[in-house]
Amino acid sequence: MRKNFFRFALICVATVVSLSMPSCKGGVKDADIEKAITEKVTAMPDAAGVTSTVKDGVVTLAGEFKDDASRTAFEAAVKSIAGVKSVMNNSTVAAPAPAPVTITADDPLMKGVTDATKDFPGVKAEVKDGVITLTGDLKRSSLPKLMQALNSLKPKKIENKLTLK
Amino acid sequence: MALQDKYKQLTDAATAAGVTGLQVREQDNVLNIDGEAPTGAVKDQLWDIYNTIDPDFRTGDLILNINVSAMAPGAKAKVTTEKTNLNIRKGPGTDQPVIGKAAHLSTVTLISKTNDQWWLVRTDKGEEGYAYAQYLTVE
Repeated sequence: MRKNFFRFALICVATVVSLSMPSCKGGVKDADIEKAITEKVTAMPDAAGVTSTVKDGVVTLAGEFKDDASRTAFEAAVKSIAGVKSVMNNSTVAAPAPAPVTITADDPLMKGVTDATKDFPGVKAEVKDGVITLTGDLKRSSLPKLMQALNSLKPKKIENKLTLK
Repeated sequence: MALQDKYKQLTDAATAAGVTGLQVREQDNVLNIDGEAPTGAVKDQLWDIYNTIDPDFRTGDLILNINVSAMAPGAKAKVTTEKTNLNIRKGPGTDQPVIGKAAHLSTVTLISKTNDQWWLVRTDKGEEGYAYAQYLTVE
């Protein structure tokens, strides 16, 4: 009888202990993992735009990295944190910065401007450092046609000082 | 960013109308919008929006470079001059001699593109030479 009571008490204690620490699977708390990730983010400026959530040792990453290398490196760093079971990497890589706009050099640009303005005798055009400056007179209805032709020459800018009729 | 906001209606319309290769870049306080419209009508629509946002294109803060993908070798194009005949030239440039004329609203066949301004074309009378792309409209 006494022996059975001790066995029952032991089971009770074991149950209470196991129930009292449900978030302690693997011995590391999610909060500790979150703290470790925050430290990694501080150490890696490329990861500044990234957010993470941790649940039962599973880390989910979201946000944007500037390139694939920093994304891979950060994922590896998170995986190395004690207690991390797996990483769901939902983060993305930013689109590469667009190539700069190519501006046509003044000589070919002037030739193109001459062609484009030929049919508009009232229009005078100057080209300097990629900027086309228009002066003179033009019918308002002809303006879109002229502007379309000039825009396709890839100038830096068009200063429209035309008097429209 | 302010320029992108100013012309947002234009870029949104370009996307909605199926403009491909759309690039929106800001450089030296000028917004550059490049892309290829499926038809000349879409290009005209975008230019109408530009003219609405910036009446008479006065501000000089946008370069809108929209080509038309229907302008392709083998396509038929209408001569859309205001009212005159279109010069057919020996080479791509108004400094080149005129070797023929394509009548106003006649149809020419596109042979090959020299650049965004000039196309080698064949007129309905069989003359071959270079024509100014601005006056050619593929329907």
